[in-house]
Order: sequence, then structure tokens, then C-alpha cells
Amino acid sequence: MNVILPLLIVLPLLGAGLSMAAWRSVRTQQIIGVVVLACCVGFAVLVTIQVAADGPFAVDMGGWRAPMGITLVADLLASMLLTVSLITVLGVFIYAIGQPRADKGAYYFHALYLVLAAGVSAAFLTGDLFNLFVAFEIMLSASYVLITLGGRGEQVRSGMTYIVINLLASTLLVSTIGLIYAATGSVNMADVAVRFAEVPDGMQMALGALLLVTFGIKAAIFPLFFWLPDSYPTAPVAVTAVFAGLLTKIGVYSIIRTQTLLFPDGGGATIVLVAAGLTMVVGVLGAIAQDDMKRILSFHIVSQIGYMLFGLGLYSVSGIAAAVFYVIHHIPVKTVLFLVNGLVETVTGTAALHRLGGLLRRAPFIAAMFLIGGLSLAGIPPFSGFFGKLSLIEAGFEGRAWFITGVSIAVSALTLFSMTKIWAGVFWGEPNEPPPLESARGDGPLRAPALMNLATIGLVAVTIAVAVFAQPLWELSTRASEQLLDSQQNYIDVVLGR
Amino acid sequence: MIVILAVVVGMLFTGGTYLLLQRTLTRTVLGLALYGHAVNVLLLLAGGRAGAPPLVDGSTTPITDPLTEAMALTSIVITFGIGAFLLALAYRSWTLTGDDTAEDDIEDRRIAQYAHDQYEEELAKLAELQELDALNDLEVEEPS
Repeated sequence: MNVILPLLIVLPLLGAGLSMAAWRSVRTQQIIGVVVLACCVGFAVLVTIQVAADGPFAVDMGGWRAPMGITLVADLLASMLLTVSLITVLGVFIYAIGQPRADKGAYYFHALYLVLAAGVSAAFLTGDLFNLFVAFEIMLSASYVLITLGGRGEQVRSGMTYIVINLLASTLLVSTIGLIYAATGSVNMADVAVRFAEVPDGMQMALGALLLVTFGIKAAIFPLFFWLPDSYPTAPVAVTAVFAGLLTKIGVYSIIRTQTLLFPDGGGATIVLVAAGLTMVVGVLGAIAQDDMKRILSFHIVSQIGYMLFGLGLYSVSGIAAAVFYVIHHIPVKTVLFLVNGLVETVTGTAALHRLGGLLRRAPFIAAMFLIGGLSLAGIPPFSGFFGKLSLIEAGFEGRAWFITGVSIAVSALTLFSMTKIWAGVFWGEPNEPPPLESARGDGPLRAPALMNLATIGLVAVTIAVAVFAQPLWELSTRASEQLLDSQQNYIDVVLGR
Repeated sequence: MIVILAVVVGMLFTGGTYLLLQRTLTRTVLGLALYGHAVNVLLLLAGGRAGAPPLVDGSTTPITDPLTEAMALTSIVITFGIGAFLLALAYRSWTLTGDDTAEDDIEDRRIAQYAHDQYEEELAKLAELQELDALNDLEVEEPS
């Protein structure tokens, strides 16, 4: 079992290398990618089963015992999120294969994508702050190239913003890690958590705030979210979809991990709650103003991050469990919505609402996929978002956080409003201006390539599975949350081998 | 020594922030390079007092912490690689636009302009209504 954890990181990197070597044949690269990612999904499921049965476990790399060596840790939070992330990564990869490709730089796409997958695995599994930074860099370096793949003018413009902001965040992260090392003499998260209690209160607050700001930039929480709606919409569709599903959620994961480990009594919970409320409201209001489908959805990423932080800010078993469940529901749903956006763009050539209309009649399949994703995002029963929001609201009432719970309900209504805006703009009515693609004019049916449809159905099936298996998933989330809140027994002792 | 280095870190961060806030892309890249240096010095500082020997020579004197140096090395490599990529991107931007400045988000500007236009329109309507009101008042006053 122990060999699987490093394999989850090494295998995609190896696949990336092979992909690079096979740069002449796109088909070979595609096969390598699918095989590697499918193996990783299998491994992640195995790890989750193992953790659910026997509790968290850790692996020391190179035989160096923690806290000296590099440690990989799998607890329920990490393994569940890793599983759902890798399934999404695989789905989007298949979608990308089916995409009619006109982009330049297609040779590098597959290799970079696998590097991104390796970074995602590493970020979830690492038990070491400095390695968390390295994992972020692996992931982000790949994302820098992916987001500018094609090198169009607007991509370069928004890519520049994206890279500068993320590099700034990374710089802050290294500085914070340096300061934590200076204060505690360790970068192993479990070891830091043990020694953190001896650090003076003021410095604890300062370090906690620095971590929150750093990961807050990566997770796009208010007021650090402004880079996201600007940079995501210009990237190639498959890239945006996987970024939207995963990258910010890894920021949220890091916030949950560090806050629960370093502040077991819930030190920064109030700040997190305030940030959560503002993130929800500002994100959803930003979305209402937009005219482009991708931009509406990008603002909703921000808004949804607020819900996850809301769960964390409650700092109770049910609150954090709801946050975990929400992340699990959100990753596939958000990805589905961006994939649908990609389907619309493929058949019509645009995502601007005023140039679209009547797709319900002409492409009923795409409309159905969007309906499931959109209603789920807004939290309408019986879709997965309903269970996520219900558990959050219950936890909110339980924690007597009346105001923010009310805010979250209002924001849900606004989310539904902007989903209906997309629905009315894209699927109903007639376009105000004709769509750019010649083939999309007229009144005939529109069809996207079969493989793209298949990948979208696959991920929609995942979101429906989240709704159908909500009860067992909720139980697992509750256990994950209990593990997080009792980190001494479930994380620190496991890593330090006591 | 530590105080001097701490001041140096502060100055590097200050200079980096100033450059980062400029609109010219090359300056932004240079600002990030300064940040990189600041972080490296900070990491070295995190290892404790300066002046101890870097290698073990068999005696019992304390040595400097090698871990912070390893971390600084990692961070140098990463900053260097991404700095090179940023420069390439800045060059690409220059060849595409013939200009070395960070550009506005056009869609965002468009929406802001739309909101602004709506606001102006409302103002114009309001002014018109007020004018009408004023005229009405005059008409009412006339018979008296």
C-alpha cells in the first residue's frame, strides 16, 4: 500500500516524460495520458478505501523518518479530494482528445497536462510545508504554459496577470514558510503543529494571517479574487475547465489543512467567516453583470469558494464536514459547466450571450447537460448541490451563525438567477447577432464531436453519483471532519510515527 | 549582521513592490526578480545567526543550518525558470502589440462602460423630468 502514494506523483511525471519523447505522435501521447490518469484514479480509489478502513497513513520518502525526511500523508480529506480531482482530470483529458484541435502547441499539451496532474496529487498528499510550495509550483508552472497555450494576444495579456499574481503569491508563501521555519525550526506540518503551541500568541496570529492571505490568493477569496475572472476565460476550453474545477480548490484544501492543524481551537474562524460571506456576495454580484458565459461561470467559482470557507469558518464537525462535501460536489459540477460552455463554443464559435440563442431546439443534448450542472450549482433538489447547501445551512443554524447562513441562502437565489440568465440567453430565444461560425447560422441541429459529449456525460454521471450516494459520502465527510478536528491523533501521531 | 540583512530584505521587498506596481511589463518582471532575492535572503536569515562554518570539520562547533540553504536553492531555481518564462511572454506581448505595457481587460472595460452609459442615460432622463416638473410648476403658478 505504501508504494502507491509516491506512485500517484511519480506516474504522471513519468507519463509526461514519455509524452515529451513521443512528441511526433499525438495519438501515442493521448494513449499514454489516458492510461496514466486511469491508473492514478484507480490508485486514488484504493488509497481512499484503505484510509476509510484503517485510518490515515503516512510514508517517509527515502527512509528518512519524519520530521527529517519528506513525508506523504493520506487522510480522508486528502484521499477523497484527490479521487474526485483525478476523476475530473481524466474526464477533461478525454474531452480534450475529442476536441477538434486548431491550437498551436498541441504537441506539449498532453505532457503539460500530466505535469499538472502530478502537481495536484503532490499538493494533496504532501505532509510538508515546503513540499506544498513545490507542489504548487509544479502545478502552476504547468498551468502558466497551459493558460497561454496558443499565444494569442488576449491570452498573453491575461496570462501575464495570472502568472504575476501567482508568482507573487508563491513568493509570499516561501517567505511565510521561511518565517515559520525561523519560529518553529521545522517545515513538516505535523511537527510545526506540535511546536506551534510554544510560539508567542502574536506571532501565531501573524503567521496564521500570512498563510491565510497566501492561500487566499490561490483560492481566490475576497478581496484577493480579482485575477481569476480576468485570466480564466481566455485559456483553451479544456484548460479552463480543469483549472476551474481544481486549482482554487487546492487553495481551499490548503487553507483547511493549515488552519485545522495550526489552530486546533479555531483561532482565525471569525476572519474566515467574514471573508466567506464577502466572497459569496461579491462573486455572485460580479457574475450578474457579465455577458459572456465563461465570465459568468468564472465569477461563480469565486462565489462558490465562499461556501467552502463558510463551512470551515463554523469550525464544528458538521461545518467542516459540509465544507468537505461541498468541495467534492463542486469540483465535477464546475468542470461540467465549463465543458458545456466548451461544447457551445465548439458548435457556434462564441460564448457571448447576445450572439447565442435557441440552442434548446437545435442542440437539446447540450441544453440537458447544462440544466443538470446549472441546477446543481444553484442547489436545486435532487441534484448534488442541494445536499451540499443543505448540509452547510444546517451546520450554520447549528452554529447559530444566523446572518451568514441567511447570506448564503440569498446568494443561492442569485446563483439561480444567473444560471437562468445563461439559460435564457443561450438556450431560449433567438440570437441578437448571428454567431461567428458559418455552420451555426440557419436553423439546423448542432452536434459536437461524440467524444466531447461522452466526456461531458461521464462527468455529469459523476455529479449525479454524488447526489445518489450523498448519504455514504456525507458519512465519509463527517469522518474526514472528525479527523481534521482531532489532528493530534489522526495526523500528528501518524506522521511522527508515535 | 542579522539587522543589516533584515533591512536588506525590507529594502528588496520595497523596491520589488514599487516595480511591480508599474505598468511596464519589463519592470514588473524585474520587480518579481527583486522579490525572489528578498525571499532568498529571508530564507537564509531563517536559518539562524550568520558566521558559523558551512561544513562540518569534525570539531564540535555549531554549523549553519543547511536546510534553509537547500530551500533557498529550490526557490532560486523556481524563480529563475518562471522569470525566464515571464520574459518570453513579455517579449511575445511586445511583438503582438508593439508595446511593453500591461493591457486592460477589454470585456471588463466594456461592461464598466455599459454601466456608465446606463448611469448617464438615467441622469439625462432625471434632468429631463426635473425640467418638466419645473415647467409644470410654472404653469400651475401662472393663473394665480
